[in-house]
Amino acid sequence: MQSTPRPDPRITAGIIALVAITLLIGGAFAGLILEGASGPSSAAAAFDSYLLRVARFTLWQALLSTLLSVLPAVFVGRALSRQTNFPGRRLILQLFTVPLALPAIVAALGVLALYGRAGYFAGILGTFGGGEWPGIYGLSGILVAHVFFNLPLATRLFLEALGTVPADQWRLASQLGMDARSAFRLIEWPALRTALPGVAGLVFMLCITSFTIVLTLGGGPAATTLEVAIYQALRFDFDPARAVTLTFLQILLTFVVVAMLTRLGANTVGDANLPVAPRRYLAASTTEAVLNAGLIVLALLFVAAPMAATVLAGLEADLGRLAGEDAVRRATLTSAGLSFLSALLCVMLSLSLIAARRAVALRRRAGGAMSLLEHAADTGAGFVLVVPPIVIGAGWFLALRNITDVFAIAPVMVVAVNAVMAMPFAIRAVRPAYDAASERHERLCLALGISGWNRLRLVDWPSLRRPLATGFAFAMALSLGDLGVIALFGSDSVQTLPYLLLARMGSYRTADAAGLALLLGLVCLMLVVAADWLGREAKA
Amino acid sequence: MTRDNNGIAATKGLAVTLDGVSFSYGEASFRFDVEFAAGRITAIMGPSGSGKSTLLNLVAGFESPNAGKVLIGGIDVDNAPPSARPVSMVFQENNLFAHLPVEGNVGLGRSPSLKLTADDHRAVAEALGRVGLAGKEKRLPRELSGGERQRVALARVLIRDRPVLLLDEPFASLGPALREDMLDLVAGIHAERQMTVLFVTHQPQDARRIGQRIAFVDEGRVAARGSAADFFDGAGPEAFRRYIGDRGGSVAG
Repeated sequence: MQSTPRPDPRITAGIIALVAITLLIGGAFAGLILEGASGPSSAAAAFDSYLLRVARFTLWQALLSTLLSVLPAVFVGRALSRQTNFPGRRLILQLFTVPLALPAIVAALGVLALYGRAGYFAGILGTFGGGEWPGIYGLSGILVAHVFFNLPLATRLFLEALGTVPADQWRLASQLGMDARSAFRLIEWPALRTALPGVAGLVFMLCITSFTIVLTLGGGPAATTLEVAIYQALRFDFDPARAVTLTFLQILLTFVVVAMLTRLGANTVGDANLPVAPRRYLAASTTEAVLNAGLIVLALLFVAAPMAATVLAGLEADLGRLAGEDAVRRATLTSAGLSFLSALLCVMLSLSLIAARRAVALRRRAGGAMSLLEHAADTGAGFVLVVPPIVIGAGWFLALRNITDVFAIAPVMVVAVNAVMAMPFAIRAVRPAYDAASERHERLCLALGISGWNRLRLVDWPSLRRPLATGFAFAMALSLGDLGVIALFGSDSVQTLPYLLLARMGSYRTADAAGLALLLGLVCLMLVVAADWLGREAKA
Repeated sequence: MTRDNNGIAATKGLAVTLDGVSFSYGEASFRFDVEFAAGRITAIMGPSGSGKSTLLNLVAGFESPNAGKVLIGGIDVDNAPPSARPVSMVFQENNLFAHLPVEGNVGLGRSPSLKLTADDHRAVAEALGRVGLAGKEKRLPRELSGGERQRVALARVLIRDRPVLLLDEPFASLGPALREDMLDLVAGIHAERQMTVLFVTHQPQDARRIGQRIAFVDEGRVAARGSAADFFDGAGPEAFRRYIGDRGGSVAG
């Protein structure tokens, strides 16, 4: 007697979104498999010592980056949690969110402007090292840039973990007269230890798939990762067989890492929340306070210096001439257009998945197992994060190069891949608001017969426009700063700002590059600040 | 359906029948076989989790029975979506869209696309006047008190003018005096429209104030039914007396 469920437009939209995403990722895999199948022997032949060296370096730099980011972060996070009255603490925490917004290529330039052969610190470093400072290319450059990105991220995550310690435990600790050492051992460390695998896993994942940093700061075959090697195989050596082998290796590697992380219970999507300092009942001793302050200042200098260098170097550039340059104007327009479309697509896909997931979950309410669709809408978006853009780009590059001019489809690829890559972030921004709104409105809409377009216009849009704007701004910032796909598909006719920046770096027009980096960094920062602000207002 | 000269339709109530309806929700299972007489106010009482709200949800169409039929006015409504059933429902909370002003929230009862004619606007204003909210058309729900918000929901019930009204503890979060005002308002509306009212409540006073009949729901079934007067004079079943305890006042004991 069970009545047949009425078709829900939200579920249809979700299915369309899933099909589109599957097509994008599946098409890339199909391209790789076809290419591999067309010459299995040459693909196997690509398995040489160079490839093994690249794979080993990929793992090695990720491991070192993780250690150097996460270990100090444990102590910086703890110091920040102890010194709740540290002057400018809020500002420091806000500054620590900036690397999340900064395009990798901008950070790379900041690092170079500081520690490069002609950087601001070259003089001092040269004096200390005795002789001329060789610059920071290679492994050291990659590590500095990775730590710049991930130390603040890890610090904020640890601070959040410490924030979960109930205030009562602190009250108890002060009543029992615990000193700093025992408080760390008995209260702080258990909270940090729980967060540690997740944080380390996230950082490792980010470093193993890092492309731009290695491309710009790595040098020569000695400091190349799989992703950069894929790019080189396609763009310079034109060796599709090697590209296929490298790509499969990269997929295998990420797959193994993700599988391990999932077992550790890691959260593979970074959070941008600003933790609030709870009231503390345990006063730090003077020695400890001095140590903590020293640690915080060191971390602050490390993170702030490349940003300051980006600004200084950018201001030294001839900004007026740059702004008047035709190539810059065209790249700015292209970037703006592509990232706008990409963000729009991202938000539409995300909303479709979120709505479909909710609709399916509501339908299931009366009991029964989760359907395949619900699973896909639920975890599918998270899975996207583990397929690096370069891999998708490489797959389509190989698939399409025999059919069409791959450089002509650059806009489509950039928009589609960046949209899908930003989805996990957009979904995080929108889903809680959507689910809460649905909780409040679902029965009312059913009872009053508000559905489809009316529902979108009268009910969903007013309660979701702010979180949607947050997701949109975040997706646009990510897309604007991305160098992954455009590095493969870019050409003289289709250039985005990061692509132009890379080109100027390649031709040693460092001042131009610095000026462009300042522009790009500022725009991305403004977008993320807007996203954060919109998200905060939405919660209020 | 007849329309009076004010443009607000006046409809008599319809009988609500649950014919061998069974339904399960996770571990809990329910079976309802009951008829609610047309045009009466029935207070539905029973312990938490006994199935009072589920019964209302089945009538409203938010849940579909696994077996059996829900009949309203003798017509099987099984395939009708909630909005097409001759039913209005008022929930404990979330009856209003927070971003829409009062008149929009009421107007949705006339048109789900909120395209209102001059007649509709007049009807909205009149309904708001009837529930004591004249002049508050432009307010947002957050600018209203809890009681006023439920009055807006009742105004929407008035302009929807369906023969069955389901009330799922709508006044549970209001203070005693306010709750009595609201109950009197419901009783007044019922006196005008004669719709069938199913009213879930935990408060014996509520049931005594406006309930004509009582249905006692226990462990997923309608365990007993009768006139309110009988129930509160101690003629109700043992389980009902235990449920209301001493608060029933004149419960024999």
